[in-house]
Amino acid sequence: MYDWHEIGALADIPRLGSRVVQTPHGDMAIFRAADDQVFALRDRCPHKGGPLSQGIVHGHRVTCPLHNWVLELDSGAAVAPDVGCATTYPLRLDNGRIWLGLNNVANLSPTVRETA
Amino acid sequence: MNKEQLILVGNGMAGMRTLEELLAIAPDRFDITVFGAEPHGNYNRILLSPVLAGEKTVDQIMINDLDWYAERGITLHAGREVIAIHRARREIEATDGTVARYDRLLLATGSTPFILPIPGNDLPGVIGFRDIHDVETMLAAAQTGQHAVVIGGGLLGLEAANGLMKQGMQVTVVHVLDTLMERQLDPAAAELLRAHLEERGLRFLMGANTAALIGEERVRAVHFKDGLEIPADLVVMAVGIRPNIALAKKAGIYCERGIVANDTLQTYDPRIYAVGECVQHRGQCYGLVAPLWEQARVCANHLARYGIGRYQGSVTSTKLKVTGVDVFSAGEFSGGPGCDEIVLRDQARGVYKKLVIKENRVKGAVLYGDTIDGSWYFQLLRENTDIGAFRESILFGQAHLGDAGHGGGNNVLAMPDTAEICGCNGVCKGAIVKAITAQKLFTLEEVRAHTKASASCGSCTGLVEQLLAATVGDYSKTSKEKPLCACTEHSHDQVRKTIREQHLTYLRAVFEFMEWKTPDGCHSCRPAINFYLLATWPGEAQDDSQSRFINERVHANIQKDGTYSVVPRIWGGVTNAKELRAIADVADKFQVPTVKITGGQRIDLLGIKKDDLPKVWADLNAAGMVSGHAYGKSLRTVKTCVGSEWCRFGTQDSTGLGVKLEKMTWGSWTPHKFKMAVSGCPRNCAEATIKDFGVVCVDSGYELHVGGNGGIKLRGTDLLCKVATENEAMEYAGAFMQLYREEGRYLERTAPWIERVGLGYVKARLVEDEEGRQALYARFLESQRYAQIDPWAERASGRVDAHEFQPLQQVG
Ligand code: SRM
Ligand SMILES: Cc1cc2nc3c(=O)[nH]c(=O)nc-3n(C[C@H](O)[C@H](O)[C@H](O)COP(=O)(O)OP(=O)(O)OC[C@H]3O[C@@H](n4cnc5c(N)ncnc54)[C@H](O)[C@@H]3O)c2cc1C
Ligand code: SF4
Ligand code: FES
Repeated sequence: MYDWHEIGALADIPRLGSRVVQTPHGDMAIFRAADDQVFALRDRCPHKGGPLSQGIVHGHRVTCPLHNWVLELDSGAAVAPDVGCATTYPLRLDNGRIWLGLNNVANLSPTVRETA
Repeated sequence: MNKEQLILVGNGMAGMRTLEELLAIAPDRFDITVFGAEPHGNYNRILLSPVLAGEKTVDQIMINDLDWYAERGITLHAGREVIAIHRARREIEATDGTVARYDRLLLATGSTPFILPIPGNDLPGVIGFRDIHDVETMLAAAQTGQHAVVIGGGLLGLEAANGLMKQGMQVTVVHVLDTLMERQLDPAAAELLRAHLEERGLRFLMGANTAALIGEERVRAVHFKDGLEIPADLVVMAVGIRPNIALAKKAGIYCERGIVANDTLQTYDPRIYAVGECVQHRGQCYGLVAPLWEQARVCANHLARYGIGRYQGSVTSTKLKVTGVDVFSAGEFSGGPGCDEIVLRDQARGVYKKLVIKENRVKGAVLYGDTIDGSWYFQLLRENTDIGAFRESILFGQAHLGDAGHGGGNNVLAMPDTAEICGCNGVCKGAIVKAITAQKLFTLEEVRAHTKASASCGSCTGLVEQLLAATVGDYSKTSKEKPLCACTEHSHDQVRKTIREQHLTYLRAVFEFMEWKTPDGCHSCRPAINFYLLATWPGEAQDDSQSRFINERVHANIQKDGTYSVVPRIWGGVTNAKELRAIADVADKFQVPTVKITGGQRIDLLGIKKDDLPKVWADLNAAGMVSGHAYGKSLRTVKTCVGSEWCRFGTQDSTGLGVKLEKMTWGSWTPHKFKMAVSGCPRNCAEATIKDFGVVCVDSGYELHVGGNGGIKLRGTDLLCKVATENEAMEYAGAFMQLYREEGRYLERTAPWIERVGLGYVKARLVEDEEGRQALYARFLESQRYAQIDPWAERASGRVDAHEFQPLQQVG
């Protein structure tokens, strides 16, 4: 179902921090929590498109830098009372290396390809 | 699934609030069972007065309907009174024989109206004013009867009387004393109130002693000691309330006037907690909801076994909920030794205001007719603010202080629903009121979370609080220091004190020592703690870049499209051809979309891509420029005018002094941004009197001004003192910044800080205490040794935080 891409080492991302991976689907924000779990979200806040990778990470959540929406890293869902969702992508950790799962671009619908 | 059993006795405001707080922090700890003597879900008792007056319906005042309990798996036994607690077996027993076991028991039995011990007090038609049943009885009586007598001229009595009058009854209020609401009002205000209510049709019998209630099947008259008798188809007793302690007492739990509870709301039996009006805490019983909210919060925390936070008692204020009559009261309004009274009385407008002041602090307030400023006075009282600077005009209200924004002053009730209350987030009055009712919001924080109103710049906070008070009917507030954020019970000041006393130097140490509730804090507390650490232990504390807002983390301002802006430092606003050329070259090379002169006498390059930042900085560094910290809670600009070097009026070298000040202070982190200016003469072209620290040069030296703000809420500076030399001006500037840095709360600018601590305090520390000033100055210079490293140069070199500026990978 997915094409898996090796995107770097766990150590390349600071704890409670994030790095960006540029893909044909648009920019992905790769987060690393204090417990070394990693998460991938589309780097666009569901509110007004703020770059989530630039936010403050706490627990398994990130606060958007533009207007302080808080999003769950595992589901992409906004924490109540805000409502919205950022797209999530699968990640795998293997021997300290991080792999990102992406749908094959060729399989994407034309509209998605355009917005990507 | 072996959850602990929690039983709540009393389905009222305090008990249910405790459950809501508990569910929010520990949703899975307990199996919860609730017993309530009343056959309803939980409702907002406060709003019974508007229900009686026909302004609201019972449905509109429900807080938690039956579905609410069901959705959360809470068993509700509505209409079942608990009649016994068997503490040894840990069981309770209800009227219908239901028996239930508990691991923890929470008593929230509220209070009962005090019924005068006089003959006839048990006749039908004689009631208190406490619950839905009482209101229904009153409404029914209003259908058939003519005459109502309300015994008791306090808050509750007057609200009952007003409601019954609105229902068409002839109402007489009987009061033993000569003045109404003697616990809240002084005689002058009480007299105005009585005259006004009489005009509306209420009758009063003052100084009257009720002897007996007369009637056979039902009450028909009230008889007084002096022989007078008046007709009554309904008698409402509103002469006070008694904490409802019968159940606890019978179970052997220690009670005095109320059920005695400690600072964690635990009773004499450690498995049993108590909250609400039934509680006696530090000798005090409360009859208003705001203190109960605080108790609920602390109690929930201990039930959840977090064990953080103590309830330490409350100061309360009150307002009468009779539509069209504005009465507010707080604190010690009758004065006493060492107190002054400031009084304004305008008979024609029906306005009376009295403040009781002791040593320039507000101790009490009574307002009649115009209560708009009640919450402001109450805030001054709670925060013990020094009012010296505006004492002459304090009775004219906060609006009179000069409010450029949309704070106070406006009568929010008179605004249409479409009026925009929060300019930052575009929230109108109707939307706020709707959210408050539909989402059952009770606090400012909740309104902010749900509507965003006042969540950005905060200048409309006063209006939102007024809306909240008007909608929820909650007229009381309390004095607790606010916790820093939802991750802790500790306030800003407590966190800072602990960092100093325990010599904590890194973030995790604070979390551990102060028992943070979340594993790694949140976007509110982390930046604050990081600042307190750096300010307290310069050179020693670890700066945690992941705890800084993005602007401070990457030393540029994030824009709405995710690009950044770059503002190089232009010392004192003075530049030259070389710098301008370098800026122009950068603009060309990186195709900067917008180049703008800022309001702070420098140049902003807007729309720079994040990966280009280090390259932009390298080019600016090469021309000798450094970061302008336009992104930081730090020194921003030092604005200057041309001064004696060129200007025909200039008295001193304002430009030169500005440059010196900026060279001394750049790079320093402060609680909020810090701006300075130096003007060469009192014409003040550099606008020094709206800066955090401003210098106005005069022929004989330098006037030093502090605490100005030209932003959200305009505030002119206060004059700190006058000095003769540049060196003294520099020393005062450094010492002032250091004092602010050591004592201001994170995100509190110098203007609100000075209003909080008082100009007198700042003068005492800086002007009167020469040694203290020099020590502050020395500490300032010492910490600058670690601060004055250009963050741009560090990053342009690629040695610091390189990961910030490169994507991790490019795929596909
Ligand atoms: C660029 C500039 C506007 C301009 O084009 O002129 C500006 C831009 C911003 N101001 Fe300002 N302010 C600018 C001068 C001012 C001034 C005028 C002055 O300094 O003389 C004021 C009023 C004076 C004062 O502060 O007392 C001002 C009062 C504010 C406030 C309200 C602060 C307050 O305490 O009331 C904010 C909001 C805040 O800080 O929370 C703010 C916030 C902002 C922010 C940082 C908003 C944000 O968080 O993104 C803007 C950043 C834009 C950017 O990326 O550069 N800006 N801002 C000015 C930069 C000056 C500089 O060279 O550093
Ligand atoms: C008309 C009116 C107007 C008011 N206006 C204001 C106002 O404007 N502002 C303000 O701050 N305060 C106001 N108050 C006071 C406020 O309502 C109370 O302070 C608050 O309701 C007390 O909360 P509580 O949970 O302690 O008690 P309650 O809300 O009274 O809840 C106690 C509940 O426990 C039940 N109960 C008692 N014993 C048992 C038992 N053995 N078994 C089962 N259930 C039992 C009772 O039936 C009751 O439902 C007003 C009160 C009234 C009556
Ligand atoms: S630059 Fe200042 S005034 Fe202008 S929009 Fe931004 S914050 Fe508001
Ligand atoms: S864009 Fe993320 S909070 Fe507004």
